[in-house]
Amino acid sequence: MKLSLVCLLALATVSAAADLSQPIEVLRAVQKEGQGNEAAAKAWQEIVKADAATLPEVLKGMNGANPLAENWLRAAVGVLADEALKAKKLPVEALVTFLKNTQNSPGARVVAFDLIHRANEKLAEELTPTLLEDPSADLRRHPVAKLIDAGNAAQEKKDNAAAIVAYGKGLGAARDEDQIKVLAKKLRDLNQKVDLPKHFGFLMSWKMIAPFSNADRTGFDTVYPPEKELKFDASYEGKTKEAKWADYTSTDEYGKIDFNKPFGMEKSVVGYAATDFFSTEDRPAEIRIGCKNGWKVWLNGELLFARDEYHRGAKLDQYKLPCQLKKGKNTILVKCCQNEQTEQWTVEWEFQLRVCDATGTAILAAK
Amino acid sequence: MKTISMFVVMCLATGVVRADWLQFRGPNAAAVSTEAKAPADELKIAWTADLPGRGLSAPIVVGERVFVTCSSGPGQETLHVFCFNAADGSKRWERAMRTTGRTMTHPKTSVAANTPCSDGERVFALFSSNDLFAFDLDGNLLWLRGLTFDYANASNSLGMSQSPVVMDGTLVVQSENDSESFVAGLDVATGRNKWKLDRPKAANWTSATVWKNTVALQSSAGILAVEPATGKTVWDYSDGASTIPSSVGAGETLYAVSHGITALAPEKGAVTQLWRNEKLNSGTASPLVLGDALYVVNGAGVLIKASVKNGDEAWKLRMKGPFSGSPVAAGKRIYIVNERGIFQVIDPDAPKGKVLQEIELKETVLTTPAISGGALYVRSDAKLWKLQ
Repeated sequence: MKLSLVCLLALATVSAAADLSQPIEVLRAVQKEGQGNEAAAKAWQEIVKADAATLPEVLKGMNGANPLAENWLRAAVGVLADEALKAKKLPVEALVTFLKNTQNSPGARVVAFDLIHRANEKLAEELTPTLLEDPSADLRRHPVAKLIDAGNAAQEKKDNAAAIVAYGKGLGAARDEDQIKVLAKKLRDLNQKVDLPKHFGFLMSWKMIAPFSNADRTGFDTVYPPEKELKFDASYEGKTKEAKWADYTSTDEYGKIDFNKPFGMEKSVVGYAATDFFSTEDRPAEIRIGCKNGWKVWLNGELLFARDEYHRGAKLDQYKLPCQLKKGKNTILVKCCQNEQTEQWTVEWEFQLRVCDATGTAILAAK
Repeated sequence: MKTISMFVVMCLATGVVRADWLQFRGPNAAAVSTEAKAPADELKIAWTADLPGRGLSAPIVVGERVFVTCSSGPGQETLHVFCFNAADGSKRWERAMRTTGRTMTHPKTSVAANTPCSDGERVFALFSSNDLFAFDLDGNLLWLRGLTFDYANASNSLGMSQSPVVMDGTLVVQSENDSESFVAGLDVATGRNKWKLDRPKAANWTSATVWKNTVALQSSAGILAVEPATGKTVWDYSDGASTIPSSVGAGETLYAVSHGITALAPEKGAVTQLWRNEKLNSGTASPLVLGDALYVVNGAGVLIKASVKNGDEAWKLRMKGPFSGSPVAAGKRIYIVNERGIFQVIDPDAPKGKVLQEIELKETVLTTPAISGGALYVRSDAKLWKLQ
């Protein structure tokens, strides 16, 4: 009987320590258009039957995985965690170690933090202040929210100096627009200066040219001279007048670059804006654009993305374009197309653009 | 044996004892319950379940399971699929995933706008971000797709809401927008494309109508009916149609939300117009057919009853609006919830129509109810209710 028990225990241990590397790799191999789904479904079943102790290993599988694979793994973690929480077997310590290693993917670390929070709210609270400068914008939200609360509490006690410190620290770390807006208002109400364009990394000064024709929305695909050459002293035949380059610096604190201002409220037209961004090093970055017109963005002559949707809305960081900056001068060219609509809500012919890292932290130009 | 046969005959004659509600607007996307037993005349809230995120997708019901989706987080990047027990509202399982597509929407709508659907074995949950997940009824992930990950310009900055439908082993998914606009037929077992068609480059929030072995795809261009398994055109109506309320089929006729309502009798390759009434203007809500009458909710919150034979108006009933969700029906009652959360039960057989009951849900409701097991299910951004 004793022997059987030992055998059973041994079997259980083998099962608990089952090597998940192969099924995890199968999930990581899924690709666009459902490629790998069949194999992934089988591998997923293997993973969700594993012991809760494997959770960090499954989370680690998310490192460097594509977003589809991340979701396969996230779902598996969810099932394992639900069972572990029920059985009070969540490997909290291992999850804390996983969370603290910022080399792990932000998405996986967010999941780890959520699990820690579900298992031990007090521990999650204790960990929160350590996440203020985290590579994950999602994880930063927690300590930033705490700083907003701390600032509010200080203000209630009429301790404006302490409130300014808390709000200032919060703003320095905040990466989400809703929190930044709250903190900027709080600080301004306390007579503090806030430089939002710098905080976000908006590019404010551009050379702009318009109006080329976008009749029947064909201008979006028409290659006008600025796409072939950037000669800022040149002029070209435009739709309603000569198209010439003009300098434009935005004063909008959300960095709106408004073609209507230098060129008038034209319809069915195309404009271009160009600027140089000086990087201190070769590095990965994101160009983030918000625009409710048709647009294209090139970096150093390479088309990053093109979008032919008109007047369905714009917002900060609407589109995130991963890119590689080179050390020194980087030329960014934006094509912005206005369509024929005449409704009041179709007046805008503008964009906002910033350069930042994947967390949303502004990358400031070297000059 | 005799008893069983009699039971089957009775069921066939009067509707089934219990029917699932497997998609937006239920059986055949017609918004009418096929159950023999209608919900009770005096409805009460049987249970309420909390939801952790926003959503205007409708619940669906498969047997004793109620499925609902929602989205949470500062940018609505977390996507939830819930399975509740129909009997008591307890949670059977939940899966939380992450968007791979864009999450921007008009503030009124949300990322969980598309109603999931089921073939009775699997649940297919599509979101405005174009993320699509297939689970079995116990929550095992069967496959997933990121349709904007696949097709980078397939999105709408106002949000998308087209609900998928499943038929003959094919899941038909629409992503119709101003840019990379398409419809695809996916293998229900693997999620791989069986076929994919370009669609008009124009924002579209309508959902497909399942009718006479075809899937009828509505857009500003009109209505294209395709074979679900192949995507091949069966017929094409090209006189334009609405991009918000969806059409409804009943019997041999498709009531198209086109120039008011246009009654169509499509044959293979041809479409005959039976009648058109341009005054039957739907607002956001989709029409339904109950018995020999067509019901339309206009933009002013007025329910209009019209003849299915010629479109002639019978009466108008002003209800408490405004409405974002669509009416549904069971037995001799029509049910609709307004945006302020007032659930209304209507007797359409009363001479001028009559509101029989109002239940205040005290939350904003932008969705369409589901009916199954003699009960109705409604959701808000925070709650799921069972009314019985």
